[in-house]
Amino acid sequence: MLEYVYQATGLLLIVFAVQTFTDKSNKKRIGTGLFWLIYGFSFTFGLLLPDWFVGVMVLLMTLIAACGLMGIGSYGTSEEKFRMASAKKLKNSLFIPAIIIPVGTILWSKTTGSSALIGLGISSVLALIVALVITKGTVQQSVHEGRRLIDTIGWAAILSQFLAALGYLFGEAGVGDTVSQIVKEIIPNNNLFAYVLCYTFGMALFTIIMGNAFAAFAVITTGVAIPLLMIEQGGNPIIIGVIGMLSGYCGTLMTPMAANFNIVPAALLALKNKNQIIFLQLVPGLLMLTINTFLIYFLAF
Amino acid sequence: MIDFWPLIGIGIITIGFMLRLNTLLVILIAGVVTGLIAHLQIIEILSILGSSFTQNRYMSLFILILPMIGLLEHYGLKERAEILISSMKNASVSKVTFAYLLLRKVTNAMGLSLGGHPSMVRPLIAPMAEAAAVTENPSITDNQRLRVRAFAAVSENFGNFFSQLIFIGSGGLLLIKGVLNEAGYTMELDDMYVWALPSALASIIIFFLFSKIEQKKATAVLKASEKPEC
Repeated sequence: MLEYVYQATGLLLIVFAVQTFTDKSNKKRIGTGLFWLIYGFSFTFGLLLPDWFVGVMVLLMTLIAACGLMGIGSYGTSEEKFRMASAKKLKNSLFIPAIIIPVGTILWSKTTGSSALIGLGISSVLALIVALVITKGTVQQSVHEGRRLIDTIGWAAILSQFLAALGYLFGEAGVGDTVSQIVKEIIPNNNLFAYVLCYTFGMALFTIIMGNAFAAFAVITTGVAIPLLMIEQGGNPIIIGVIGMLSGYCGTLMTPMAANFNIVPAALLALKNKNQIIFLQLVPGLLMLTINTFLIYFLAF
Repeated sequence: MIDFWPLIGIGIITIGFMLRLNTLLVILIAGVVTGLIAHLQIIEILSILGSSFTQNRYMSLFILILPMIGLLEHYGLKERAEILISSMKNASVSKVTFAYLLLRKVTNAMGLSLGGHPSMVRPLIAPMAEAAAVTENPSITDNQRLRVRAFAAVSENFGNFFSQLIFIGSGGLLLIKGVLNEAGYTMELDDMYVWALPSALASIIIFFLFSKIEQKKATAVLKASEKPEC
């Protein structure tokens, strides 16, 4: 059943691609359209194609992105006045379709016991139908608007899948073993608290370096959490994973590398000190990191 | 003796990010080099890339939600959020920023990214907080104003980051699931989001305390700003 959800996603991406190719206002419509087309094919034909071929497709997408061949088009978006009037008319009913997603997903997995992912897929379709009814919009409009959003996200849409592949390659190469050996040199005697500290602070530190908690997660979790906290100490992987990621976000609060969150806003707000936001976030961020460390230590073991 | 060669991938990522090269390219190169160090053939590396990509398609299922969100935005979703924020009575620095933090968290938990520095903080939250501060403290200094504005940005980041993983379909949860899956640990989304709640609660409490501190700092009548009477 999950495969149907993937087919639907792939189909949506292919429609995005077609809309992009015909969107004359997008100067980079060939590159952008190709990206979504290849990505869509990877969803619909992923199981049918040989793995190395999909690998080549991923390579192509990377090249399109790296060469800056993706851009923004026009999507028939509404004017400010229209949106204001519509907001006044529809009021809080605008939030109903959005709530359907988490509610529907949870209900599905509780009542049918099958994967929450299928629930997510079904809820998405249901939510869209409800949204169309409430707003009295058209399907074509919704797809154009969806394309607007995904064009804003851009090549970053495939980042998660990419990082998962990286995590696997790192595992194969023994990155995990090396990092855990280094950690063990520094922390003798299997001190659980020290291991947890290493993980949470490692996540934060690596996020500070890379400016991105997702990328840090693939590396640090593979290198520290899995060998030392889960395999050796038998910790709960769900708790360690989720709160570990949140520890990475603590790092995002403290780094100029996370430019969109810390530096660009400083410019937008005309602050004299471009690091002022980071400065204000240091202490609360460290407090959160400490809390997360204790949360993992007490909850996951 | 520790084998340091596998760490080259980490080095490549660090250098690549610092040089601000395209993220996908950096990760790809790091992955390929790491694979070669592990004595994998190029064709094997491509196969791993492809099979991992296919197996982890579920990480990008948020794409299905985009048309719905886009449609709601077309019909005034963000404007509705603005109306809710603006209708707050008795605004103060701590009230404005804390209310925004809560709004951000609740809407994030529903999967809506309603806030943002360019779309909410700059046009709405920062001016509101600053106006509230000026009203309470007419002799406010420039530095105090700037600090209030910066703190509005903090409310966006604090509100955003620690509620990301509450949404059941969030990219973050999907990534965690994927990475741990590769290592052999299976988990369901509806078991995962629950564990984002303790940190979210903690962040609300911590932010509340700091917003009170900022409130005091913004409304403190500083001796330096008191002009001498002629």
